[in-house]
Amino acid sequence: MQLFPCPFCGLRSETEFHFGGDMGNLRPDGTETDAATWSSYLFLRNNPKGRTSEVWMHLTCGEVFRLDRDTVTHVVEKSAALTVEAHQ
Amino acid sequence: MTRRYSALSLFKEGLNNQQGWQKAWRSPEPRLRYDVIVIGGGGHGLATAYYLARNHGITNVAVIERGWLGGGNTGRNTTVVRSNYFFPESVALYDLALRLYEGLSKELNYNIMLSQRGMLTLAHSPADMEMSARSVNAMLINGVEAELLSAEEARALVPLYNDAPDARYPIHGGLIQRRGGTARHDAVAWGYARAADGLGVDIIQNCEVTEFIIEGGRCRGVRTTKGDIRAERTGMAVAGHSSVLAEKAGFRLPITSYALQACVSEPVKPALDCVVLSPATGTYVSQSDKGEMVIGGGLDRIPSYGQRGNLPVLETVISGLLEMFPSFRQLKLMRQWAGIVDVVPDSSPIIGESPLPGLFLNCGWGTGGFKAIPAGGTLLAHLLATGRHHDISRPFDLDRFVRGRLIDEAIGSGIAH
Repeated sequence: MQLFPCPFCGLRSETEFHFGGDMGNLRPDGTETDAATWSSYLFLRNNPKGRTSEVWMHLTCGEVFRLDRDTVTHVVEKSAALTVEAHQ
Repeated sequence: MTRRYSALSLFKEGLNNQQGWQKAWRSPEPRLRYDVIVIGGGGHGLATAYYLARNHGITNVAVIERGWLGGGNTGRNTTVVRSNYFFPESVALYDLALRLYEGLSKELNYNIMLSQRGMLTLAHSPADMEMSARSVNAMLINGVEAELLSAEEARALVPLYNDAPDARYPIHGGLIQRRGGTARHDAVAWGYARAADGLGVDIIQNCEVTEFIIEGGRCRGVRTTKGDIRAERTGMAVAGHSSVLAEKAGFRLPITSYALQACVSEPVKPALDCVVLSPATGTYVSQSDKGEMVIGGGLDRIPSYGQRGNLPVLETVISGLLEMFPSFRQLKLMRQWAGIVDVVPDSSPIIGESPLPGLFLNCGWGTGGFKAIPAGGTLLAHLLATGRHHDISRPFDLDRFVRGRLIDEAIGSGIAH
């Protein structure tokens, strides 16, 4: 079993966490958006092999946060509170 | 020189001290140019090459495989074949695959050990029975046989199932597709490889695609670890790594890669003669011809390219199995492994031309690519040969994610991802 670091609760079992998508996938402005941009926001994913930055939720405390990790080795680099700056 | 397999050739080779058998396929060096390149030497890629040659007469084809044939998900699945889906588009696709599987051993002159022992999906409550009836009706309307079973009929098929008075998931009935069952996964890859090779296709193993050759906004071939290979049309069937190749081609896909685990027990005498799935436990199991219980379940919920699988999900799958079949507690687990699968938001595959013209996609099969191999091959071959969709592949084009015309089999047939 892997332990993931919640920035608020510390190391917890992987079963307490839920994957929430790519970092930086910000919602486009709804008034000026064509179908392709909406589709990209809703459905297209980076899905990299190797290092990645993702949004995760810690289900037991309900907080979402940024998790940087490797999708091959599963090594976690860091986790941080989710702020607008963290998205960039 | 024995190329064709038959009882007579087996007998003759027996007299000949087995000296005349030929390699099932050649291992040629890649040429500089082909009519079509297929990336991926798993079931779908090899089937694509075979149907290009057989259905369309295009034999100047290269299959490029990074590792060895059938070494990815083709060799890692639980070998189940079935077509018990909900939407007409899905049934047309998966039943095409099953019909082709039914004639495949003869067609390829290679025994794929198809065993249509039935695919039983259990119902554990009156509400489950209503959903089963809905599935049966959908299948019948779409022209695929299916039967709703009473509790007694379902129990008779799985006598070892837990029928204790306090069982958490008692059998209330079930639905069975009798044409469902299992096929030998390696044999499917090897059979297609041998047949494609026999028609002139070059199968090139240990050759990794490093880049696409893009000229004038079109895909003109691939750069590989064995040099440049050019073709006007390229197909990719690289489940698990579809996003990695897409990134090299300059676009993104609606795919997230997850690990899907499976495991087998030690071999025992015949104890289970159908494939049985409990939607409540999420576990399904069948017994291989060798006698091993072949066990599968849900995805690991962590996006991953690590072909390992994590412990919590394995625990869930095994505890589900033991709830279903308490006597399996005595079995030793022999092997556990994972394959990396392409998970798509609507749980349906993606077949069609990619955003890079000249590059065609066969991906996004989620947890169920093996059962679809003959159809995936037929449809990608049709696209590569004609440049146009087959009627059956049209609904599965990438454009559905822009048009909003999703084919959501998670809702339809209860696929659990």
